[in-house]
Amino acid sequence: MRKSTLFCAAAAAAISSGWAMADPDDDELVINGEIEIVTEAPAPEHVENLDTIYSGWRFRTDETQALEMDDFDNPAMVLVDKAVDAYGMPDGTEAKSCASCHDDVETFTGLAATLPKVGEDGKLHTIEDLINTCRTERMGAEPWKWSGEPMQTMAALIVSQSRGLPVNVSFDGPARSFWEQGKEMYYTRYGQLELSCANCHEDSFGLMIRADHLSQGQTNDFPVYRLKQAKLISKHNRFKGCIRDTRAETFAEGSDEFRALELYVATRGNGLSIEGPGVRQ
Amino acid sequence: MAEGVKPRVKVPKTASAGETVTIKTLISHPMESGQRKDKEGNVIPRSIINRFVVDFNGENVIDVVLAPAISTNPYFEFDAKVPESGEFTFTWHDDDGDVYTENKAIEVS
Repeated sequence: MRKSTLFCAAAAAAISSGWAMADPDDDELVINGEIEIVTEAPAPEHVENLDTIYSGWRFRTDETQALEMDDFDNPAMVLVDKAVDAYGMPDGTEAKSCASCHDDVETFTGLAATLPKVGEDGKLHTIEDLINTCRTERMGAEPWKWSGEPMQTMAALIVSQSRGLPVNVSFDGPARSFWEQGKEMYYTRYGQLELSCANCHEDSFGLMIRADHLSQGQTNDFPVYRLKQAKLISKHNRFKGCIRDTRAETFAEGSDEFRALELYVATRGNGLSIEGPGVRQ
Repeated sequence: MAEGVKPRVKVPKTASAGETVTIKTLISHPMESGQRKDKEGNVIPRSIINRFVVDFNGENVIDVVLAPAISTNPYFEFDAKVPESGEFTFTWHDDDGDVYTENKAIEVS
């Protein structure tokens, strides 16, 4: 062990330029030349094992980063435009649209920075839950599929109203037990490969996993446009992808387990800016 | 008409004489290639944007022929040296005969 450490040190000195990928870069994110995004912040107190938190944007290549810096280049914005149309489109037995009750979509400014949160019914609500509650209870419409395009484009429209605002998700009071459950999951090793979220996103961020540059797994950029899938991706879809990659049976999208994990992961990003819809590899 | 077609153009509002400006265009369009089949095995008919034209004050700037292998939501970006104030006209021609047009003025000082 000692010997290989020495060898590594020598090799590191020799190929130091190759180590540039080992950390987040120093780029600054300003969207449309006006919305300043905080991509680096001191870690919140409850994140014991990190000193600094970084947006996933800092781990991407310059080309991918550029796509998020201008709404015209951000492929997610074409989809957000569709959601603008859907926002005013009546649906369901009540023939109501989102706009019938909520007026302008700008009234949602700030909401995404506080989600998920516990509702009056004592359950944890994500943005998908809020949208579907409106659809089923107030509009008399069919609920949307969790990771389907209508749901995630609408989520992106609502999240985009909060761009630039600091993530400030509360985990006190009624949210505490969900948060504890999420934290437990974050540090639990899943699957044949016995990997926990923390193994990659806390212990090893900045390193490469196969051809991918590991980020801290922050969720301030969701729903995110993933270039490899060419569509908007939900947080639960990514959780599922990660757990699947550990060769485990995953939880379902929209399950209580993923809601709890979503809450815990969101609080790990308290202090970063909402930047959704982001663009990733 | 193909569904959900929406042209978008980004042209700077002002430029100085002789300056090179970047012009970005995107049209949301499914660009169905005509090679795919539906669940029953029937060919999904081709439906693409087949031509993209940009004029400036009536003078042609670019004229592009698009082929079926081009992806959904075709995006064109080009640089232009604008000699005088005027108006760009962007035109997309759809397979089904529809023509989508967008105009953008630019002030040259």
